[in-house]
Amino acid sequence: MTEPAQVPGLPGNAALPDHIAALIGKAQYPETATFPVEMSYAYNTLSATENGNPLYWESDVADRLTHGMTMPVSTLSLWMRPHRWEPGATKEQVALKAHFDLKEQLDLPEAIMSDNTMILHEPVRPGDVISHHQVLRSISDIKTTKLGTGRFWVIDVEYHNQNRELVGVESYTGFGYRRTAPSASTTPSASEVNS
Amino acid sequence: MNLPTSASTDQTGTAGITLDQAVAGTVLPPLSYDVSATTVVLGALASRDWRPMHHDYKFATERNGTPDIFLNTPNLAAWFERFITDWTGSRGRIGRMTFRMRDSVFPGDHMVFTGNVSGSEIDETGCGWASLDISVSVGDRLCCNCTARVALPTDKNDNPWARKSDDWKP
Repeated sequence: MTEPAQVPGLPGNAALPDHIAALIGKAQYPETATFPVEMSYAYNTLSATENGNPLYWESDVADRLTHGMTMPVSTLSLWMRPHRWEPGATKEQVALKAHFDLKEQLDLPEAIMSDNTMILHEPVRPGDVISHHQVLRSISDIKTTKLGTGRFWVIDVEYHNQNRELVGVESYTGFGYRRTAPSASTTPSASEVNS
Repeated sequence: MNLPTSASTDQTGTAGITLDQAVAGTVLPPLSYDVSATTVVLGALASRDWRPMHHDYKFATERNGTPDIFLNTPNLAAWFERFITDWTGSRGRIGRMTFRMRDSVFPGDHMVFTGNVSGSEIDETGCGWASLDISVSVGDRLCCNCTARVALPTDKNDNPWARKSDDWKP
């Protein structure tokens, strides 16, 4: 990191607005999925990765090890991803709203996700209805990277089943920024255009 | 380095790695895969990721400036899960994965997953854990690093999936 540069709309010494600082540690956007967990979606993931783990394909193995079928653990976020469209929607539905809020409220038009951690607890099972909420854990001071000038933030997403059991936590580190002078030779990587 | 051991032929879910086989330095069997546009699109839609850079070539190349559509992050997590449980067998239970994207995986790429055991332990509840360092590369291009913590049976009668609440500390 280098010292922050002066860029329009983002003075290097800008303090974090109080109303944004007040969000740190608070649960936001509590939501419950509009559809139950279903095995057919798990098969899509297993097929996409040619994952033949008998735990997910053989009911006798699942009965013996997990007392019934469970979902591949990496599908944790899948059950809360919104339909792209649903009745009443006026714009595209997005996951991780807290992230998009920060981009807008801090006037940082670009963002990347640099790190993702999944912590897995009670297995998710067919028929479960998952709920989640988002918690902004931290926002950094203004930083300048090779991408631009902005702030890092950490958002946790906590997932529970209908019995209020914790099924998992995802933690995302994002960097919202304004671009510095564009580099014609730079090709953005996946993380640089994913969010 | 220890020779790789694979449980990928385990079709019963009862065989597989036990903790004593996961000593530091143990190398996981590599996983190679030729990525196609179908791989990318199937993975994105399976993870309910409708963003166009994962299915729309023109959007990816003209708007994002990437050479092609590319694997999305949730699908890459699913590939990591497969890589880990191919090695552990069905009794292996992933507790934690952390990964950092470095570069993208595109159609036409030959992606290779490699990994090794960085350590192992038995926690205060008696659960056995292996720590893994994993990466996925295309040629000389490192695309993603991952660290994982996976529970392994401490003997042939142990089942990490039976653990709940205070007996499960991922």
